[in-house]
Amino acid sequence: MGNVFVLAEHRQGELRDITLEMLTKAAAVAWQTGGEVVAVLLGSGVDAFAEKLRGYADRVLYVDDPLFADYNSEKYQKALAPLIQEHKPELFMIGHTTQGVDLAPALAVELKLPFISDVIEINLVDGKLKPVRQFYQGKVNANFSFKGEPPYLLTFREASLEAGEPNKSGSIEKVASPLQEDIAYRRFVEYVAAEVGDVDITQSEILVAVGRGIKEEKNMPLIEELAKAMKADICGSRAAIDAGWLGHDRQVGTSGKTVKPKLYVAIGISGAFQHLAGMKGAKTIVAINKDPDAPIFSVADLGIVDDLFKVVPKLTEKLKELKG
Amino acid sequence: MNIFVCIKRVPDTSEAIVKVDDTGRGVDSSKFSFDINESDNYAVEEAVLLKEAKGGNVQIVCAGTQDADMMIRMALAKGCDSAIRIDDPRINEVDPLQVAKVLAAAIKGKEFDLVLTGCMASDDGNMAVGVALAEELGVPHAAMVKKVEAGDGKVKVYRELEGGISEVVEMDLPAVITIQTGINEPRYAPIKGIRLAQKKELTVLKLEDLGVAPEEVSEAASLIALENFYIPEVESKAEILEGEPEEKAALLAEKLVKGGLL
Repeated sequence: MGNVFVLAEHRQGELRDITLEMLTKAAAVAWQTGGEVVAVLLGSGVDAFAEKLRGYADRVLYVDDPLFADYNSEKYQKALAPLIQEHKPELFMIGHTTQGVDLAPALAVELKLPFISDVIEINLVDGKLKPVRQFYQGKVNANFSFKGEPPYLLTFREASLEAGEPNKSGSIEKVASPLQEDIAYRRFVEYVAAEVGDVDITQSEILVAVGRGIKEEKNMPLIEELAKAMKADICGSRAAIDAGWLGHDRQVGTSGKTVKPKLYVAIGISGAFQHLAGMKGAKTIVAINKDPDAPIFSVADLGIVDDLFKVVPKLTEKLKELKG
Repeated sequence: MNIFVCIKRVPDTSEAIVKVDDTGRGVDSSKFSFDINESDNYAVEEAVLLKEAKGGNVQIVCAGTQDADMMIRMALAKGCDSAIRIDDPRINEVDPLQVAKVLAAAIKGKEFDLVLTGCMASDDGNMAVGVALAEELGVPHAAMVKKVEAGDGKVKVYRELEGGISEVVEMDLPAVITIQTGINEPRYAPIKGIRLAQKKELTVLKLEDLGVAPEEVSEAASLIALENFYIPEVESKAEILEGEPEEKAALLAEKLVKGGLL
């Protein structure tokens, strides 16, 4: 008993990072519950993934069926529901990703499972699982607990931890496909690649990033002036792209690009975890924000807590002066 | 095309100081300003755009107190036709599956082609209600949608995935779609619309009116429990520059230039 199951996530021939992150967490939890780590893989001809997963799991349950070539929430649900009922894990983990949020709540409703979403940490207190999740965009954490009997279901946030090294050599067990035929009412059509713009911000050495704090498009010249003085490219958080101030190709974060410049200057960006995931690999991070509690300061090297409209013009002026 | 759109009133905490209240399980919201949840605002706009293109009507569903009426009237002013507000303090808002059950009860049995919700509430960040709602209604769903193309008896949607890739999915109607921000440009409520909105129907219901047993969606019946809130320790290694705004700006400029960062 006490087994921890992890749903492997993959897309377009790639195993997603969240999978190994979850397996790493699952191993820590299972070590305390005395259970096994079990990876669940639904796919078509993805033997290489199964092989990779066995390095992190005691068992790999592998459904190999062309019907699972591409993700489809309805097919996944049809496959996972009987599997969860049969194996009755203590805990079933799904990534809090665009796949996981499209799948887990429906699965929880169908099976009446205790379900907690977007978990960032799983503590064990007196043998009970106590997931931690956040409210108010990361300003408050909450300790949760499950009530009733397992299986318990949760979605786990990406990049909450670093995946460890493989240290298991589990068995791979092929499981008969639960699907007899394709599902008609929800159909996968195709993937459409991301927009390509004039500047590839993943290659930029210096980035000035703008967020909600700039308030209006008419304030963008402030940022453009600063970027010019710094010889930087401009990028932005989701808010700046949604508002139409910048094109989609300039978005930094989980639904945009992951950047690793030498210098990243975040202006008026509070730092939602989706944004942090896309830029925390920058060598030096500067944050300018009037909210001292903004999560962006958790990854910053240098910070100014103040009104950006007072700071940015002065910064531009001083930089021009110094750089002559 | 008949559409339900589910909306929630949330606090804007993007620049607010958030403090845990005396119960330890809530926050002091006395200084917060509230408005429609961001992605719900995009869902309202998408619903109105679909109605304008295809005809039909848009009904709002909202679980909330009277405080939500202003927000609901604004959505009506933008072109939604009527609203149902479920006002019942017994609903356990902490559990998205219970909230979904309540919303489903308000929609079940009525004729609809689409249910739209925002993909995430900015206060609890669960991203769960819309997908759970689809399961309660027994219809297909797609989450985090950035483009909707409604056709005859079916709908094609573009789900926004990590890295800006889109997954194109086709579904039979009726269906539930959770809307991602940026899908459209939400309009401002026109003055004429605000006047008209006052006359539109806003029905306030209790759980019993929906045939939902209150204990079923109560905190006691939830399969999860919020034990306590706490303010996370920000492990910041940031050097915070001090002084007047211009002093801080000058100091930063010097550090960047002399530190060899520029």
